[in-house]
Amino acid sequence: MAGELLVIGEIQSGGGLARVSAEVATIARRIGERAGRPVEGIVIGADPGRAASELVGYLPFSHAVSEPEAADHAAAAAVAPGLAALIAQRGLSHVLVGASPDGRDLAGMLSALLGWGVLVNAIDVGWEGGGPTVEMSVFGGRLLTSSTFAGEHGIVTVRPNAVVAEPLAEAGRVVETVLPAAAALPAVNVVQRVAEAGAAAPIEEARIIVAGGRGVAGPVGFGIVQELADELKGAVGATRAAVDAGWIPYAHQIGQTGKIVKPALYLALGISGAIQHKVGMQTAETIVAVNRDADAPIGEYADLFVVGDLFAVAPAIVAELRARRG
Amino acid sequence: MRIVVLMKPVPDTTGQERLLPDGRVDRAASAAVVNANDEYAIEAALKLTEAAGGEVTLLAMAPANAPETMRKALAMGATRGVLVTDPALEGSCTLSTTRVLAAALRGLEYDLILAGADTSDGGGGIVAAGIATLLGLPYLSYAAKVEPADGRVRVHRISPTGYDILDAPLPALVVATQALGEPRYPSLKGIMAARSREIATRSLSDLGLDGSQVGGAVATTRLTGSRAPAAREATVVVREAPAEAARWVVDFLAARRII
Repeated sequence: MAGELLVIGEIQSGGGLARVSAEVATIARRIGERAGRPVEGIVIGADPGRAASELVGYLPFSHAVSEPEAADHAAAAAVAPGLAALIAQRGLSHVLVGASPDGRDLAGMLSALLGWGVLVNAIDVGWEGGGPTVEMSVFGGRLLTSSTFAGEHGIVTVRPNAVVAEPLAEAGRVVETVLPAAAALPAVNVVQRVAEAGAAAPIEEARIIVAGGRGVAGPVGFGIVQELADELKGAVGATRAAVDAGWIPYAHQIGQTGKIVKPALYLALGISGAIQHKVGMQTAETIVAVNRDADAPIGEYADLFVVGDLFAVAPAIVAELRARRG
Repeated sequence: MRIVVLMKPVPDTTGQERLLPDGRVDRAASAAVVNANDEYAIEAALKLTEAAGGEVTLLAMAPANAPETMRKALAMGATRGVLVTDPALEGSCTLSTTRVLAAALRGLEYDLILAGADTSDGGGGIVAAGIATLLGLPYLSYAAKVEPADGRVRVHRISPTGYDILDAPLPALVVATQALGEPRYPSLKGIMAARSREIATRSLSDLGLDGSQVGGAVATTRLTGSRAPAAREATVVVREAPAEAARWVVDFLAARRII
């Protein structure tokens, strides 16, 4: 039985569609065309309207499900049972969702509820022999693997920046849907949502990342990292050493125990590029590094390696960018 | 407080890790270590039991040679280990892992389950959510802070804009992050003590399961191929003075249409 494909659209703070969801929709549309299967989207939240209307910029059709519980409860558990019931009721075959924190939580819950397998962290998805073929980057980008589902069903989590989102020429339509009744999972209350100063867009989704390591030497040095990031309209990343030293919050950490990123540009300042950091960023399209140590490991895999003092080179790059902008 | 920590032996991140032709991790290519994110969960569990009393049980599903790796984690101070191991589990998918660990947890007593955010080999970060779902437990993920009190647990969950304060009744499953604090190094005393700590093993039949329900034979996913990524072009090295080096960088970014 050939069911439809479902894209789960995530709402970002502010109410719009998360960037990764537009990318997931673009991938799903491509494989839907190849498979000859329709693709539909779904956005579930306390106020799903805006994100759903953005999702149909990329898909011909999306459900918008108003779920008041999501306002003050942890989202995944609040929506997973009803979503699983909808998927079963509509006979959908595959689910695609971003490999974000909420996307991963939801994928794990749907897998358990539906008894479906999950292929994780896709960097590309094709369609062959009646099912999706999922390409993943493993061991920190040293190996690319292709995998398929053994059966008719499956869930795919997709890494941010896997593709460039392509809008449809003509937007699709949004239909307000109510999820079928289903046995609830235990509720987790959100007591308070705390905004922290300096919290920026998620680094996994950033197109440009300027990151600092031990060589940045302190919170003041991160001011230089931030200035260059602002100039390039990018996000700020960091190594574990910089986070452990307390120079910058953990949310910015890239590497084995932090985030895995795949930006168009990764500009590393004072980062030696040891293996635990490398596994988090080496699939970046372009890597530029500035380091005083000509023997730093990052010099072996950067595209451009400036041997020099970041405290002189980074401000010079800012000045050069400003000069060219005129 | 009785805490179970989920842990996984993984190949050490050395840059030498490999897959076998059938897609399983080649465990001979790289020494097994405790998954780095699980160490934060173990550390958090030890701090909580040191403050409020209790014990820490480590639970892993792994090949039969895993006790060695589990002893490294026990040496940090955990009370005991439980290892689910069975030849039928070779080549398991994440759904099997989820079902097996949930079945093993049904046979353990706990107030709190802690897990790491993801593993360095699989990297999906989905198993813990599935386990909480199967066990009907509150699920609190990406914790930067864990505070159990009066039969409830409060967690600071990292969000894109800061953090959310979550609250749920115990027992619950909490996913730890590095923000909970640096894991301790095992002391010599801890290493000695770990030698005599119990590591109980469980087979699938001990858990009331068999290879027709979980394991390699019923894997929901299949590896069909692998290849090395396209090699990067040779590094361009710039040793000019700052202003000149900056021109190089900006020219390079412009040529690649990044700016």
